[in-house]
Amino acid sequence: MSAAPEELEQAFDATVAADQRVEPRDWMPEAYRRTLIRQIAQHAHSEIIGMQPEGNWILRAPSLRRKAILLAKVQDEAGHGMYLYAAAETLGVDRAELTEKLIESKQKYSSIFNYPALSWADIGVIGWLVDGAAVCNQVPLCRCSFGPYARAMIRICKEESFHQRQGYELLMAMMRGTDAQRAMVQDATDRWWWPSLMMFGPPDGDSPNTQQSMQWRIKRHTNDELRQRFVDMTAPQAEALGVTLPDPQLRWNPERGAHDYGEPDWEELKQVISGAGPCNQQRIAHRRAAHESGAWVREAATAYAAKQARRATEGAAA
Amino acid sequence: MTPAESGGPAPRDSWPLFEVFIRGKRGLNHVHVGSLHAPDAEMALHNARDLYTRRNEGVSIWVVDAAAITASSPEEKDPFFAPSGDKVYRHPTFYSIPDDVPHL
Repeated sequence: MSAAPEELEQAFDATVAADQRVEPRDWMPEAYRRTLIRQIAQHAHSEIIGMQPEGNWILRAPSLRRKAILLAKVQDEAGHGMYLYAAAETLGVDRAELTEKLIESKQKYSSIFNYPALSWADIGVIGWLVDGAAVCNQVPLCRCSFGPYARAMIRICKEESFHQRQGYELLMAMMRGTDAQRAMVQDATDRWWWPSLMMFGPPDGDSPNTQQSMQWRIKRHTNDELRQRFVDMTAPQAEALGVTLPDPQLRWNPERGAHDYGEPDWEELKQVISGAGPCNQQRIAHRRAAHESGAWVREAATAYAAKQARRATEGAAA
Repeated sequence: MTPAESGGPAPRDSWPLFEVFIRGKRGLNHVHVGSLHAPDAEMALHNARDLYTRRNEGVSIWVVDAAAITASSPEEKDPFFAPSGDKVYRHPTFYSIPDDVPHL
């Protein structure tokens, strides 16, 4: 006995309109399901690929303290990827399938991870700006209409604030150091500022999916609203740190009660998204190699589990 | 895929899905926190520790093969829960007692 399609659609719309959560076994429009799978998979892939620029610095960390912190952070990224793959799976896809799509470049991840981490200061700036931008994006997702995604985001946001603070603290330490160290921080800030602004996606006028996603309450704010929030949050942090954000147009506008800022290079964003960023090929090649060289571990674990299960059955029969 | 969390198709060739429940501290119930794949229950327990308790979130973990969970279906939501819907007298607020009667 099943309800008529229009009744199902009405029930779904009512749930979303009442700000209640949609759960995996509820009826949902196919387009809603597809949008969520695409978004959650892309988010999960970003966490997994995001381990690479930082993982590369674990062996180069300047002290045991910094090494332990960075290791914990990279472990968190792996964990965040797993939470998100699990959320995507509740929509009827398989994690293995998503991993395949990632390494075959059929699904995307955040453009930011296609930039290289060139110096130790980059590790601090990634925490401060990249994770700061991620927090801006992710906090509203804690109220996303799809229950498993919202719950994953709550866990992630709790853990993410450590990421941002450790980055800022690392930069403060470098700013108290030598001129060369201060120059490294400024250089890293110059390189990461614009790509961080691009993390919020294209400008609203050029973001065709935003309206539908907001109607479904997957998204709560437009790209430009979140970008503005990030700029307003970050400008005083840059001042406290003693670095200059590389935007001559950046200034407080008392009439708007917000900062004015320059236009990111959207052509660059398009290029990086379409695969022509500085590290796209390297990131995917590395992910593929890790997947392939880990295959024997997965096979061995499966074989061991099968053997244990067989022994248990034989033991019970004897 | 788990009957509790999904109506999707069964996964292809992958490890079974386990649902993870964590007791945050002594005196509290185990609460569902998420799921993970593992080749067997013992590995699931280890993975759950690494994935869901990196910051002392728990003192005890249960992992349950998702296929072993029996769940009510969302379609039968109304009739299934209807028996408790019309029994307002099961709630203390159903009974009006004068304000000056103490301890009630």
